[in-house]
Amino acid sequence: MTRQAGRRAWRTPSPLPGFSLSLGFTVAYLSLFVLIPLTALAIRPWENGFDSVIAAVASPRAQAALRLSFIAAAVAAAVNAVMGGLLAWVLTRYDFPGKRLADAVIDLPFALPTAVAGIALTALYAQNGPIGGLLAPLGIKIAYTPVGVVVAMIFVGLPFVVRSIQPVLQDLDQEVEAAAETLGASPFQRATRIILPAVLPALLSGVGLAFARGVGEYGSVIFIAGNMPLRSEIAPLLIVTQLEQFDYAGAATIGMAMLILSFLILLGFNGLQGLIARRGA
Amino acid sequence: MTAETLRLSAARPRNLSLGRGLLIGLALLWLTLIVLAPLSVILVEALRKGLGAAVASLSQPDVWAAARLTLLTTAIATPLNAVFGLAAAWCVTRFDFIGKTLLMALIDLPLSVSPVISGLVWVLLFGASGWFAPWLNAAGLQIMFTPVAIVLATILVTLPYLARELIPLMQQQGSDEELAALTLGARPSAIFLFITLPNVRWALLYGVLLANARAMGEFGAVSVVSGHIRGLTNTLPLHVEILYNEYDFVGAFATAALLAVLALLTLVLKSFLEHRHADDLAARGRC
Repeated sequence: MTRQAGRRAWRTPSPLPGFSLSLGFTVAYLSLFVLIPLTALAIRPWENGFDSVIAAVASPRAQAALRLSFIAAAVAAAVNAVMGGLLAWVLTRYDFPGKRLADAVIDLPFALPTAVAGIALTALYAQNGPIGGLLAPLGIKIAYTPVGVVVAMIFVGLPFVVRSIQPVLQDLDQEVEAAAETLGASPFQRATRIILPAVLPALLSGVGLAFARGVGEYGSVIFIAGNMPLRSEIAPLLIVTQLEQFDYAGAATIGMAMLILSFLILLGFNGLQGLIARRGA
Repeated sequence: MTAETLRLSAARPRNLSLGRGLLIGLALLWLTLIVLAPLSVILVEALRKGLGAAVASLSQPDVWAAARLTLLTTAIATPLNAVFGLAAAWCVTRFDFIGKTLLMALIDLPLSVSPVISGLVWVLLFGASGWFAPWLNAAGLQIMFTPVAIVLATILVTLPYLARELIPLMQQQGSDEELAALTLGARPSAIFLFITLPNVRWALLYGVLLANARAMGEFGAVSVVSGHIRGLTNTLPLHVEILYNEYDFVGAFATAALLAVLALLTLVLKSFLEHRHADDLAARGRC
């Protein structure tokens, strides 16, 4: 009797079989591949004491790397919010030749290995490359500068933004826009008063995903970044460097700091989204 | 679209189409600069010294060894993650229990972790001064810088892909068919084989496709644990880096082109599945 009650307390009874087996396997698999490894990440920074954790995070090199990763990811996410929004709009609302191809190509950054994207972007935006060569006479340098880091993060983040907004734009009732138009609303008013509020939650979630991806991005960035400590060295690269020097605690500290920072920023993003959703409702 | 909106859009003034053209032009220009140009530059650079040089650099034994390891890793990681995805989707969508939200958050966690961290955690466990190093040394075993470490890192990175396709779909489908089979006296294995599995087969295939693409292309996590031993612990993406850093640009871009072709093939299959079997896939924005 008491066992029955205890059981009901944590699961609703169901006649379907396989609960213990599937839950057991899921928990065991997650523990093995996610929980135990990430526990090591959470514990190992502290093995040399609290002060060494602070010292590792506060060192100028770590500060510069963290700042670059987070600021570049934020700039790339902002650019993707605008240009990804434009792409999603054009792909859902207009008809033009090659539209299906353009739509399919949006997913390329998901499918293309990051190292491949990295060397391709570098070849393109280096000073002797097809695009970098055009910009060089204007005094604009992209590859081997923080701008290159942003370009790589724009590349990897683009599909997150487009694919988040697209379904919302597709489902948006066009009659509301048409009604606003007959009432004399300008295209700008329609965009800011009707369309933007409707897609904003999806846009924010897409931008959040793109940002998180950018912060952790490694493969596509390291080729184009130039990797100068204090200037164009991203946080994930600093982790790799410290591992190569067998500084496990230092590497784990940077990794933990990255995770905590991204987590806090995404939490803020979710709060903002909830706020907007509530105000909209 | 109703008759009214059709009339309205037909009645739109002509000058709007100029704005429309500008927007389309700007969007396509951006797509070209950010996505299409990098794709084409791979091909151009690979063929810079002619097709012969590109093919010759692809027929190096190191490339073949890297391709074998990449395929082997994928062939281990994806089936394991598929079994995990099915088990996770079954317990999360068919039962209600405390801690379900936490479980689902844990499943998504690897998506928001940097690939480098996904490699780092294995070094913290199995590296030279890792937690399990004393036991491994006593047993004469090595995990770091072997294919085992590459498989572990790949599993962690691709763990959520199948579960994330299966969970929303099985949620949508509900358990009516399985309950009906149960009342008719079907055994659990029969329910799974003849009802659940056929219902999710396209989503399973879709998830396998995405997980494979990620597993074959993974760089950051694998780079941390591999040790970059040519012919032994080198995957195709790592080989691209090695060749590039040795200034063998034709070799690097030829290998990159091989991976790009795999990526394009993935995209073609993916959009085929999305168009042909849209009803059998979870309805949501896909990432």
